[in-house]
Amino acid sequence: MYEKHVLICAGTGCISSGAIEVQDALEAELKKHNMQNKVRIIMSGCHGFCEKGPLFIVFPEDIFYCEITAEDVPELVEEHLIKGNIVDRLLYLDPTTGQRVTSHEDILFYSKQNRLVLRNCGVIDPENIDEYILRGGYLGLKRALTMDPFDVVGEVKKSGLRGRGGAGFSTGMKWEFAFNSQNNKKYVVCNADEGDPGAFMDRSVLEGDPHAVLEGILIAGQAIGSDEAYVYVRAEYPLAIRRLRTAIEQAEEYGMIGENILNSGFNFKVNIKEGAGAFVCGEETALLASIEGERGMPRPRPPFPAVKGLWGKPTCINNVETLANVPLILRRGADWFSSVGTEGSKGTKIFALTGKVNNTGLCEVAMGITIREIVFDIGGGIREGKKYKAVQIGGPSGGCMPESHLDLPVDFDSLTAAGAMMGSGGMVVMDEETCMVDLARYFLAFTQNESCGKCTPCREGTKRMLETLERITQGKGQEGDIELLEKIATTVKDSSLCGLGQTAPNPVLTTVRYFKDEYEAHIFDRRCPAGQCKELLTYYIDEELCTGCRACKKVCPADAIEGEKKEPHVIIQEKCIACGACLDRCKFDAVKTK
Amino acid sequence: MELLEGEREEIVSEVGNITEKYQPEREKLLPVLQEVQGRLGYLPVLAMEKIAEFLRIPTIDVYGMATFYNQFRLNPPGDHQIKVCMGTACYMVGGQIAMDSFERRLEIQEGETTPDRKFSLERVACVGCCTLAPVVVVDDIVEGHVTPTRVDGLLLAYDGEGRVPAESARQVEAGQQDEQQSEQEGEGEQHS
Ligand SMILES: Cc1cc2nc3c(=O)[nH]c(=O)nc-3n(C[C@H](O)[C@H](O)[C@H](O)COP(=O)(O)O)c2cc1C
Ligand code: FES
Repeated sequence: MYEKHVLICAGTGCISSGAIEVQDALEAELKKHNMQNKVRIIMSGCHGFCEKGPLFIVFPEDIFYCEITAEDVPELVEEHLIKGNIVDRLLYLDPTTGQRVTSHEDILFYSKQNRLVLRNCGVIDPENIDEYILRGGYLGLKRALTMDPFDVVGEVKKSGLRGRGGAGFSTGMKWEFAFNSQNNKKYVVCNADEGDPGAFMDRSVLEGDPHAVLEGILIAGQAIGSDEAYVYVRAEYPLAIRRLRTAIEQAEEYGMIGENILNSGFNFKVNIKEGAGAFVCGEETALLASIEGERGMPRPRPPFPAVKGLWGKPTCINNVETLANVPLILRRGADWFSSVGTEGSKGTKIFALTGKVNNTGLCEVAMGITIREIVFDIGGGIREGKKYKAVQIGGPSGGCMPESHLDLPVDFDSLTAAGAMMGSGGMVVMDEETCMVDLARYFLAFTQNESCGKCTPCREGTKRMLETLERITQGKGQEGDIELLEKIATTVKDSSLCGLGQTAPNPVLTTVRYFKDEYEAHIFDRRCPAGQCKELLTYYIDEELCTGCRACKKVCPADAIEGEKKEPHVIIQEKCIACGACLDRCKFDAVKTK
Repeated sequence: MELLEGEREEIVSEVGNITEKYQPEREKLLPVLQEVQGRLGYLPVLAMEKIAEFLRIPTIDVYGMATFYNQFRLNPPGDHQIKVCMGTACYMVGGQIAMDSFERRLEIQEGETTPDRKFSLERVACVGCCTLAPVVVVDDIVEGHVTPTRVDGLLLAYDGEGRVPAESARQVEAGQQDEQQSEQEGEGEQHS
């Protein structure tokens, strides 16, 4: 009988911060004290608080330790696991109150969340199907298998679930289309391409709770009358692929995948397809082309995949997070599900909160929560006490929401109305030091590079917009550039073939709409208010203030600072890369920019 | 690129071993390319020709796939592959600066390999560790919070052959213990 359970997060983030070393140290230490039979180690999926990893949580008392290294382990074993004393110095330090917090329920990052889809992430061992089953796993499938497929579709429709992959299309309706398409072969496709650079919720769900996704896929298959599924996963997610593979093998062993599942006569097979790094392959028709072994280029719709999809067969394609919601709906009922969220957007949404906030990580919140609550409560506010400027929602397809929109409720319709988009749920917070023009340029460079080239508006339009933005950030902007950008943006938005082109102008249009003054400062004053655009910025050292302490010289990665000890230093402009390292380092405020 | 005699044979036999396991169907093209690159490190023209032969499709179709997807490389990579994340979160907190620093130290541009084939430098769009931004992946090991000084530390850890000027190297050795330590931790991950 185990007396204590120690959860160590083994998501990609925590592993890179040293979770495996902590595991090794703990195993060694337990052995030393002959406690292997008293303490059980669980390597769990992502807890979302990657910022503070590796995380080390002791149950049953639920004590939350963070930023643990292998050196801390002997003390944790000695003090906590043996003597029962909490090790204060390793607890989470609340940045607002300056107090140590013991349980994760008391951390604002968690207490504001509503973890339904992520309920198992970080709690169970994702490589062990029994743990999933113990927490009610596969009950949804069991129920679905006793129901008429049409009623399963009805239940999902009634729940109000909308696709989490970006567009927010009603999942029940999509299933209904696929259900109604007559064919002896139908496919379910799970979209795990997660192309938005800066979003990782699908990765975390796959890594932390792969069976939930599988169960969702199985229910979708039963509902629409399909017997085979493909999961299309980004190749950049090796751990997610491995965990999914293990999960499929275990589900096969338990008879959840294969022939005559749970004695219901339902047969189902799940294949994994690795993507190869093309953003456009997240678009559903491009994704299907990619599975078929072609270049991932979209095609016009209709016909929609639900009618004519993979190899011409009716195909239901859903996002990872969408599918992970499905088992809950079947298990707990549509009414329970639709009690969370807003009128038009039911349930929760997972966001990847990154950028200049104190607490970065994954958070799952009820739809309708405001941006302010996410940024300031869950995110703990802006780093280093800087000023909030905007939050970019929805990645390259989304837009920037300024301070005036902090109280905007986060749901599909409010975001679209404000010019942004739910997208996949990436949320990047920006402070006064982020240049909005450069940000628009960044996103456009991304979409331009990923544009597949099939349709002219997207291929040419993104290129021309990018050229214009580059000119502006280099201080070569001209009068009329803003109007030109708006004109091309509108054309590209209206006339592109697929969602990539139709949404690519969003970052430009929203920054022009909410931060026009920054564009104007670049064009007319040749000035970057945020101090980011390299071409518009010079670093120099104030001779009066410089003490010649050499600190800046040492830290300069480009060897661009010269000067003798105790003599004022100078920055060699040709070598300077404007990284700001010297400015951060100087204790005398002698490094200046102009 | 000229192939040496031994290389030709290696390519032909590796591709043969891989295609043997597959049915000659068009949908197998992507997985075959991925596996071949996994073995050889890149996709030589000869390999693409052999794959085309196997699938009975024109070589240009194989080339078209290889150039469409970002994952594929047409030139041999370095012993150590450095991938700098240029996802939004990383870009915002200095991903470009990390890239610039690698370019300067290695004296190559993004997408190139050093003449001694020790390092190759690429960009990736988000590896899903945005909370550790800026992120660099060296040979599948994720390194977080990569500042320019840490770039020097990484190069030193993986090579140590004078690419880093003496002064920065000393500083890395003396002042930045925790960085060195996390590098060791990074190395330790390979067994997991
Ligand atoms: C350029 C582009 C990229 C997309 N990338 C993704 C993605 O990475 N993941 C995803 O689930 N959906 C993505 N989508 C949306 C899909 O086309 C599709 O709408 C979605 O997978 C449907 O699933 P859902 O109804 O469950 O949201 C993308 C769409 C476009 C136009
Ligand atoms: S943006 Fe770099 S890891 Fe996500």
